[in-house]
Amino acid sequence: MRRNLVNLHLGVVLASASFVSTINGQQNNKATGDQGAWRPSIYAELAKAPDKARARRNPMEKDPEAVAAGRNLFEQHCAECHGGTAEGGKKGPSLRAAEVQNAEAGALFWVLTNGVVRKGMPVWSKLPEPQRWQLVSFIKSLGVAPAKEESPQPATRDSPLPPR
Amino acid sequence: MSFSRFVRFALLTSFASLFFSFSARAQESPYIVAYDHYLEEPGNLEIEYFSTFGTQRGGNDFHSYWMEIEYGATAWWTTEFYLDGQTTFQDSTVFTGFRWENRIRPLKREHFVNPVIYVEYEKKNGADKILKEGEGHDVETDFLTPNAVARKEHIHEMELKLILSSTFKGWNFTENTLAAKNLSNSPWEFGYALGASRPLALKASAKRCTLCPQNFIGGVEMYGGLGDRHNFGLHDTSHYVAPVLGWNMPSGWTLRISPGFGLNDNSHKFLLRWGVSREISGFGQMVSKLLGGRR
Repeated sequence: MRRNLVNLHLGVVLASASFVSTINGQQNNKATGDQGAWRPSIYAELAKAPDKARARRNPMEKDPEAVAAGRNLFEQHCAECHGGTAEGGKKGPSLRAAEVQNAEAGALFWVLTNGVVRKGMPVWSKLPEPQRWQLVSFIKSLGVAPAKEESPQPATRDSPLPPR
Repeated sequence: MSFSRFVRFALLTSFASLFFSFSARAQESPYIVAYDHYLEEPGNLEIEYFSTFGTQRGGNDFHSYWMEIEYGATAWWTTEFYLDGQTTFQDSTVFTGFRWENRIRPLKREHFVNPVIYVEYEKKNGADKILKEGEGHDVETDFLTPNAVARKEHIHEMELKLILSSTFKGWNFTENTLAAKNLSNSPWEFGYALGASRPLALKASAKRCTLCPQNFIGGVEMYGGLGDRHNFGLHDTSHYVAPVLGWNMPSGWTLRISPGFGLNDNSHKFLLRWGVSREISGFGQMVSKLLGGRR
């Protein structure tokens, strides 16, 4: 009876793991391809930000510590998906793409707050508003990444960020 | 392999992976009973250990504990497996069962009130004392039964929760409504949990620090039973209020502590809960590679 129970539980766990890894595999396959493949889907979310959200000014804009604080937050919460250099990672697109860098601070804040849940980005409203604005300050400070001639390799978490 | 060996192997494997893996620092809520609407980040695995010391009038105090393995399957679905047990002082230590819970976020954007659907299956025995929720007419005297007798009662239960959670100006407010059904022909039982919490600082520090106030989240939760389908209400139910404090360390560890106080004569007078957890990033990708997923 117990052996059957153990087999049943192992079966459920393995079936769940296969299902979940299939989902993750699909997400990873999207991510490990050409970074350009993100453009139509992920960056389009920025355009969905309502005008009211887009018009919001970053209250941390003039805070001299906002970029450094945002960098710490980025390393803790974002680098895992968007890569250590923010140029795209295993799961998330580059945040140094022109679409992101040219977007209004309010639009970035809106995407951070709402996530892109159906495409794998969680909502980050669990971070208090000032911290989300600090993240926006940091992301905007990075600037557009120079174009690469070769197909870009996904950045790893260990890749260094630009010097402070 | 015997069941106890299997459980020991599972625990050892889990702890080994805990120490030899990449950690991620999440902003974990301090709640121990209530849930907010934030799910596990997709692909991350969180391993948690919780412990409750409870006083018992007319009997022996107890120490119950459970381990949670929580996985972010997607950004809208978190699945979690629990193993739980308890020690009743001057009685015995028993394994009390397992739970499998799933939390699903139906709406894709953030709203003023954010719903999450919670579905759980529990297979436990009557000696279960983890008090992970208040439901039905559960009262302190139910815990007087000796372990040897209580463990003979086998319970298969489905539990549904509607989690409604809001975040406003750094505060999180959450309200959980619970309906549980013992699958062996018992009536539906109801319960609730409420929570409010806020980080001690809303702005992050420019310095990397472990003791910065933004790493601490304080709050309070309240939970209890609401009777059953035949006798809905507060009659013969137990209720607790518990301040909570969570400490999210940059190393990836989270500590929680919560002293709880019974609010009526049906409740345990005092519960001291604490928990430790660690989040492992990229666990899904590791499993995916192991099972032949594309690199």
